[in-house]
Amino acid sequence: MSHHIIEARDLCYTYPDGTPGIRDVSFRITHGESVAIVGSNGAGKSTLLLHLNGFLIPTRGTLRIGDYPLSKKNLKAVRRTVGMVFQDPDDQLFMPTVFDDVAFGPLNLGLPPEEVEAVVTRALETVGVSHLKERPPYRLSGGEKRSVAIATVISMSPDILVMDEPTSGLDPRARRRLIELLKTFKHTKVIATHDLDMAVDLCERTIVIYRGAVTADGPTLELLQDEALITRSGLEKPLKMQNCPACGKIKSNLKTRLQSTA
Amino acid sequence: MAKIDQHFFDIGYMDTLASQQTPVHRLDPRAKLLTTLVFITTVVSFDKYEIAALIPFFIYPVFLCAVGNVPPVYLVKKLILVSPFAVMIGIFNPLIDREILVRMGDLGISGGWISFASILVRFVLTVGAALILIAVTGFYGVCAALEKLGTPRVFVVQLMFLYRYLFVLVDEASRLVRARSLRSFGAGGGFKAFGSLVGHLLLRTLDRAQRIYLAMCCRGFDGKIHVMKPLKFGPLEIGFIGGWLAFFLAMRLYNLPAALGRAVTELLI
Repeated sequence: MSHHIIEARDLCYTYPDGTPGIRDVSFRITHGESVAIVGSNGAGKSTLLLHLNGFLIPTRGTLRIGDYPLSKKNLKAVRRTVGMVFQDPDDQLFMPTVFDDVAFGPLNLGLPPEEVEAVVTRALETVGVSHLKERPPYRLSGGEKRSVAIATVISMSPDILVMDEPTSGLDPRARRRLIELLKTFKHTKVIATHDLDMAVDLCERTIVIYRGAVTADGPTLELLQDEALITRSGLEKPLKMQNCPACGKIKSNLKTRLQSTA
Repeated sequence: MAKIDQHFFDIGYMDTLASQQTPVHRLDPRAKLLTTLVFITTVVSFDKYEIAALIPFFIYPVFLCAVGNVPPVYLVKKLILVSPFAVMIGIFNPLIDREILVRMGDLGISGGWISFASILVRFVLTVGAALILIAVTGFYGVCAALEKLGTPRVFVVQLMFLYRYLFVLVDEASRLVRARSLRSFGAGGGFKAFGSLVGHLLLRTLDRAQRIYLAMCCRGFDGKIHVMKPLKFGPLEIGFIGGWLAFFLAMRLYNLPAALGRAVTELLI
């Protein structure tokens, strides 16, 4: 199924005011892969993500989403393929009730009302927030908002899920729940984050970005052990890869994973 | 600002009220909207010195309040909050219009005072009715009714977004103000700080608008907002509109309090 593929070649983008966004970014993400895009603040993660949905058109280079090279003409098809979860759920939830919000996408796609009802119910069940159906989105807690935002996207059954900082602003338990939820998704996933622990849990592959350019691209566990690379890219080793401050040991189950990659 | 947060902008409470289940809440929003519009038009159509004939019109808001289970204290608070606007409109009438219209013993009441009182009564009636309409229908219900009744979609969508993001805006503004007051130590930073604060708010709002639009495009927005809520207009709605319209018309043509007054005077004499 070629439509789950993202292929970027020499992507460059400079903002209209001259701020450099990204330069010469190339990668190929294939079907079912789960990829973390990590980088310090302002490295260009969000800029890159905005390309994947056609919000920004690269100043140079090409981007292929599935079967289409990205252009203004096939924006609609691309946006159908790529579901995007924004960093601030308040930007994404704009309808009177949770139900209406989740139904917004399917209705725009022209699904008949009976089907929309079923699709919405299923999406809400998947993320475990069916009980919030009739609530206005601005009255929800941060974690609930995030779940609903994800439901609004998966209700359109996209092939590729793109998320910008999905764990930001969540308490530890909500974060854990979200990670478990994302693990169950079979979509191709692209997750921009600086929660490197989540990257370890969720993504087998990581792309490191620093000042707009890719500094590394490879298996997550391998890259995040490379101290020189991590320091060079303005990052810090994930907490779970650091030795325990009390006993000086690393967590045993991770240790076996690390050994198996080495 | 924190006070505005807590006391004045608790519009969210309106939603709680609107989600109740009473016979009035179950009526089609269009019926309530139309009736309220006719009510407001009728009330403002009276002569500027009229007070007595307006009194029977209190029956409509009181009825909705009672059946729709809207707490009167809450309404009165909201009315007091916006009352300065009405007071400002009428406050100079007593100074301009000094012709004595009514005498009570030695006390002469000028036309200005009467028209001022009339303005206040109308204000309470119309604004009260509008607030009650939202409290028993919900803001989005009113929007849906507006759209079904043929209001251009652009306006309806604007209204919906206004309401949705009012909460976010108030939140953001109050955070800015709190941050300023925490570091101003009573000085406040003056006009300059205020200017940049408002500017920041505007820029943030623009950014957010951009992001929301992106999020909407992302989900196939094409200028149309589809809402799945079938409205149904049945005999109950027709009865509601018909009954109240007949009442308003009768009260508009026939001055009940005056007639009552005459009857009482005749009886006494």
